[in-house]
Amino acid sequence: MTEHFEILVVGAGPAGIAAAVSAAVAGKRVGLVDDNPAAGGQIGRGGADQPIAARHWMSRLDRLDGSSVTRLQGWRVFDVPAPDTLRAECGMECRDLSYGKMILATGARERFLPFPGWTLPNVMGAGGLDAMVRGGLPIAGKRVVVAGTGPLLLAVAAHLARRGAKILAICEQAPLGRLIQFGAHLIGEPSKVLQGIEYGWAMRGARFYAGCRPVEVRGSDKLAAVTLEQKGKQWEERCDYVACGFHLVPNLELAALLGCRIEDGFVAVDDLQRTSMADVFCAGEPTGIGGVELALIEGEIAGLAAAGRTQNAEKLARRRKRGLGFVGALKEATKLDPRLKTLAKDSTLVCRCEDVSFGRLREHTSWRDAKLQTRCGMGPCQGRVCGAAAEFLFGWDAAQIHLSVRPPVFPVLVSSLRTPDKLKVQDDGFTKTVALQLKETE
Amino acid sequence: MHESANSVTLTVNDILLIVASGTTVTAAMLIAGVPTRRSATGEPRGPLCGMGICFECRASIDGVPHQKSCQILCAEGMTVRTS
Repeated sequence: MTEHFEILVVGAGPAGIAAAVSAAVAGKRVGLVDDNPAAGGQIGRGGADQPIAARHWMSRLDRLDGSSVTRLQGWRVFDVPAPDTLRAECGMECRDLSYGKMILATGARERFLPFPGWTLPNVMGAGGLDAMVRGGLPIAGKRVVVAGTGPLLLAVAAHLARRGAKILAICEQAPLGRLIQFGAHLIGEPSKVLQGIEYGWAMRGARFYAGCRPVEVRGSDKLAAVTLEQKGKQWEERCDYVACGFHLVPNLELAALLGCRIEDGFVAVDDLQRTSMADVFCAGEPTGIGGVELALIEGEIAGLAAAGRTQNAEKLARRRKRGLGFVGALKEATKLDPRLKTLAKDSTLVCRCEDVSFGRLREHTSWRDAKLQTRCGMGPCQGRVCGAAAEFLFGWDAAQIHLSVRPPVFPVLVSSLRTPDKLKVQDDGFTKTVALQLKETE
Repeated sequence: MHESANSVTLTVNDILLIVASGTTVTAAMLIAGVPTRRSATGEPRGPLCGMGICFECRASIDGVPHQKSCQILCAEGMTVRTS
């Protein structure tokens, strides 16, 4: 079954919502496809705890009826079977979505770095624990240590504190001097200063440590305590959850599959959010990690530009430029301390899908070599977790890790790989194997 | 315990749970206190990313294996099994 949209938006986070609303208001028939159970993105799902600007766009989306925006919630895009078509799966169903123009708003994921014990249950991503709580996990009275790097740590800690969690410590790997520089950059942005004050108020009583990192998690079948280190001093915090994320990495799989040009690890776009591929736009974190305000502006620009309202889109250019300054400041502030490379022991797992340890990976010289010899990055997450870690730990080629993408970009049902006409067989080990298996069982 | 319009009843590894509607299956597994899966070498695992990226939360839901439980909401009468 194929559905056609004048404009198809992939991802219903802040950028995707702003894009879909802007294009629909300009009179286009829009499809908004997203793999989560509810729209809003990672920061906006399941509750009112989202930035005011994002809430505004979300309510605009909710006011639009189904004739202008078709919401495909719970659908996961996994292939590009033709130049103007995406293929998506939901439960046991598979559908083709064709488009005139497409806006990629696929967001970002957290970077996880391995340290002893990080695979124990109740050690989660910072955004990960936040998502669990938004998804109904009771957190009141629970002891939480938040660790890693980036402003997401503060946002998560503040949100969990508001829900009654006891935030024992917030450990930021960046040194204090760098954080002060970052803070100085924010003074020109009243919305971010206000946000900072709000966070500070929510977390009053929590201890903040700069230049601090988690070195080990202890526990038998689940987390019992985490050891932290600051200025050579180590101490242990007994806790219920460790929420740990080392800033964000963009979700580039679909952009790479479409052939969009990637520069310095992000999708290259012009002032109107156009990628190198005709009729493909990109907005939000895949073009540079810049937070929700920038994502909303970029989404609006992309939506207007894709709908042909070029002049309206150009009017937003100045606001976007100001936001881009924040991207650079954020990148500088979250630069990873090289000492984080020494946290993993030889027995520490790096690839959680295939249980490949740091010691086994250390023997290899490239991502490809490691994949072939150890199966690192070849489990169901397809390297989405261990790839970014391996890039930092071993300095392996980022393009090889993040851009050698083949369909399906997510594991799917075998039935979803069967096209109505014939099976697509590519010159690629994985797809060929699937095709052969199908033939045998039919 | 009683059922209401705002709650759903499900089982996780035969543990009966009543959760608020809108609760993800992963959150229900955490409430039940069971690991979401066993790893390739038998380690207990829990959820990591909460957004459908890491696959640590995959479980069998109503008989369909390898479902990303963090992206699925609990439904009345649902049966969840971990590996």
